[in-house]
Amino acid sequence: MKKVKVYVTLRESVLDPQGSAVMGSLHKMGYDEVEDVRIGKYLELVIGDSERDVDALVNELCHRLLANTVIEDYRYEIEEVVSQ
Amino acid sequence: MKFAVIVFPGSNCDLDMYHAVKDELGEEAEYVWHDSKDLSSYDGILLPGGFSYGDYLRCGAIAQFSGVMDEVRKAAEAGKPVLGICNGFQILTEAGLLPGVLLRNKNLKFMCRTVGLKVENNNTLFTNEYEQGQEIQIPIAHGEGNYFCDDATYTHLKENNQIVFTYADDFNGSRNNIAGIINERGNVLGMMPHPERAVSDLIGGKDGLALFRSIVKQWREAHVSHA
Repeated sequence: MKKVKVYVTLRESVLDPQGSAVMGSLHKMGYDEVEDVRIGKYLELVIGDSERDVDALVNELCHRLLANTVIEDYRYEIEEVVSQ
Repeated sequence: MKFAVIVFPGSNCDLDMYHAVKDELGEEAEYVWHDSKDLSSYDGILLPGGFSYGDYLRCGAIAQFSGVMDEVRKAAEAGKPVLGICNGFQILTEAGLLPGVLLRNKNLKFMCRTVGLKVENNNTLFTNEYEQGQEIQIPIAHGEGNYFCDDATYTHLKENNQIVFTYADDFNGSRNNIAGIINERGNVLGMMPHPERAVSDLIGGKDGLALFRSIVKQWREAHVSHA
C-alpha cells in the first residue's frame, strides 16, 4: 500500500487573484518580505497493491482528472505505508 | 426539433433551459439524467448551468466523466448542435470538446447581472438570427467565468472565427473579453452568459431567444434539403 501526496498549483503564467488577495492582506499586516503567494491544492491518495507502475498510474490520474494541465502543474511524493 | 436538457447532480438552470425551448421556442424538450446511455433520439443537446457535483475539484471536472458524456461526445461527432451554458461551458472545456478553461473571476466575486454582449460571428448555427456585430443584453451569473487560454490557442480561435460572443466590458478578466466560443466544426458552442434567461419581455428581455431560433432554423433547413 502506498500513500501519494499530490500538489496541484496554478501555472506561473496564470494569474492567481486569490493568492494576490492573501499577499495583500499579509502586506497590510506588516509582512513586507512576502514577495508572492500562490494558492494550490493538496490531495492524499492511498493506493492499494497493484501490478501497475505507481508513477504511471499517478501521472494518468493527474492528467485525466486531478489537474487541468491547461492551467495547472502538479507534483507528487510517494510514501510506503506499512500496514499494522 | 427535439432537445435533450442534460441534468447533472447540481444543475440548476435545467428548468430555465426546458422552459425556453418548450414554452418560448415551441419545440420539444426532455430532461435527461446524467447517467443516460443513449441520446440518439435527440436532435440537439443542451448542457445547462449550475454547480454540477458541487464544483468539487474544478468546475465541470467531475461531470466530464458522467456516463452521459460519452453520448454527448458522440452527438458532437455526429454534427448535432451541442450548447453548453455557464457550467455547461465549463464541462465542455474540461471534457476537451472546447479549448481553454474558465478561471475564477478576476475580482473573486460571484457576479449576477445583465451585461452587453457583441455577436462576433453570426455565421454559425447558433447565431444566424443575429446581425454580425449586434449588441445584445444577456444575464450572467458566475463566479468562474474568466476565460483563459494560451497564446497559440487564442490565435487559432481568432483565425478560425471561433470567438462567437465577447463582453462589451471587461468585468471578469476573460481573455480578450471572450464570452462564448465554438468548436472548429461549428456545432459545439460554450458560453458563460445565459440566453435561456432572456427569452421573454416578461423576464426582462428576449435577446437570447434568437440563439435558440437559430438552432431550429438551421436544423429545419438541413432537414428540408435532405427530404
